[in-house]
Amino acid sequence: MSRTRGSNQALALAQGLGWFSIALGVAEVLAPHRITRATGLHGHERLISSYGVREIVTGIGLLTAKDPTPWVWGRVGGDALDLGTLAAGVAGPERERSGIAFLMTLGIAALDVACALALRRPLPAAMASFRRRSGLPKPPGAMRGAASDFVVPADFRTPEALRPLNEKAG
Amino acid sequence: MRALCWHGKQDIRCDTVPDPKIEHPRDAIIKVTSCAICGSDLHLYDGFMPGMENGDIMGHETMGIVEEVGSEVTNLKKGDRVVIPFTIFCGECDQCRRGNFSVCERSNRNKSLADKVFGHTTAGLFGYTHLTGGYPGGQAEYLRVPFADKTHIKVPLGVPDETLLFLSDIFPTGWQAAVQCDIQRDDTVAIWGCGPVGQFAIRSALLLGAKQVIAIDRVPERLAMAEAGGATTIDFSKESVVERLNELTRGKGPEKCIDCVGLEAHATATIDSMYDRAKQAVMLETDRPHVLREMMYVCRPAGVLSIPGVYGGLLDKVPFGMAMNKGLTFRMGQTHVNRWTDDLLKRIEMGQIDPSFVITHTVGLQDGPGMYKTFRDKQDGCIKVVLKP
Repeated sequence: MSRTRGSNQALALAQGLGWFSIALGVAEVLAPHRITRATGLHGHERLISSYGVREIVTGIGLLTAKDPTPWVWGRVGGDALDLGTLAAGVAGPERERSGIAFLMTLGIAALDVACALALRRPLPAAMASFRRRSGLPKPPGAMRGAASDFVVPADFRTPEALRPLNEKAG
Repeated sequence: MRALCWHGKQDIRCDTVPDPKIEHPRDAIIKVTSCAICGSDLHLYDGFMPGMENGDIMGHETMGIVEEVGSEVTNLKKGDRVVIPFTIFCGECDQCRRGNFSVCERSNRNKSLADKVFGHTTAGLFGYTHLTGGYPGGQAEYLRVPFADKTHIKVPLGVPDETLLFLSDIFPTGWQAAVQCDIQRDDTVAIWGCGPVGQFAIRSALLLGAKQVIAIDRVPERLAMAEAGGATTIDFSKESVVERLNELTRGKGPEKCIDCVGLEAHATATIDSMYDRAKQAVMLETDRPHVLREMMYVCRPAGVLSIPGVYGGLLDKVPFGMAMNKGLTFRMGQTHVNRWTDDLLKRIEMGQIDPSFVITHTVGLQDGPGMYKTFRDKQDGCIKVVLKP
């Protein structure tokens, strides 16, 4: 059937990516030297700090947006930027470290793309079948009050003192 | 027999277990023809409900054919077709005499444990925590029904299982949620959660005459099904629930609010939902009560909050002062199933509603474990799963 934009799994993954973004961003801002050492990008501390700010902003966006989809695609764009930077590192003197970081970032990019695709809207044809599932013999408007013969038991009624005055009169 | 058994968090297996036997003269054994996975089963699946034990048989939405009855069960015989309510009740205690079957004083065989935890015991439930008796559930080929002379709904032949099965829980649960609201003809009823119980609450509110029914969710197919049932929908992932509810009620708020979500609210973009997630992660809170907070905020003063959604334990940052000052009435609890089922069966037979609309998946028992995940993750358009043992 349809792929659902609201699937819990995809939204949970988006939230997880949000927390990951914030954690990585904080590390990049607070400890750029460690990050450049680990990724073979010595001398690019300022660039890494700016990437950290980008990660934090994206993370907050993912965690607070009503629809996280654009922010997940934003992460994909950021991944491309990271991969480009690391590719330059691969050509440098610490190619082994940059290469490992490149492969790890490639894996994360794949996860970001998978999440963005999983957040897509369902197919219109599948939605149409749900719009036909009323369970009612007539259009809803015609069924309004069909069970008004039901007498609400006394212990389930709104306390008399809380009823609007016009209902009390009725 | 085969049965779906709980083996830990997110670990349900189709096991071979001993057949149930008559243990008491008021027991009956049912050959299960259909059963279903309920949203509250997911709280067990996800490990949010304390008191589960390895090997417990799941399931509390069950129907079938009477196979055997105990010596004191005189109103059932082999071959009778029955739906089994999820609440086990004696029919004789003080609460049962008042119709409060879900708080039967005698059917919980772990009463002393429940007395300690809840203050006073509630009824025994099938396929649920040992706090409510730890009775084997109905996602199995056979089910032992305690107090079977009371704990059953006799149903006619010739009507499909799919039309009758939900008398066991979700239809009366949605109905009770609406009845608790004491709906008046000018009322706007806002319903959080368009899962199976939410769908029945929507239709119940409509049938009981609500002027306007508003349904809140974020899953497109669930919102589409809610619209089919006559609801105006709010996708909380796209728009502000508070703003839309105020627009739809000319700034006054809905008179009646129904929480069909419970303890696992999946709110996004709210500070309180992030707070709940963080506290839950470090075991400082058991439930995520975002819907309760939102209902308290948006409900019109002197309104009613009806809570069929299941809560498990400790809730944090619930604005009770707001609720007190607004004079809100809270109605909640497990469903007194048999209090409503005679009337609901009549309405099904009259053709006012066909509950089978909610079924999206029907599979064999062996495929049940996989369907738990599908249902939990709302994959494949899954709204309601029926199992055929």
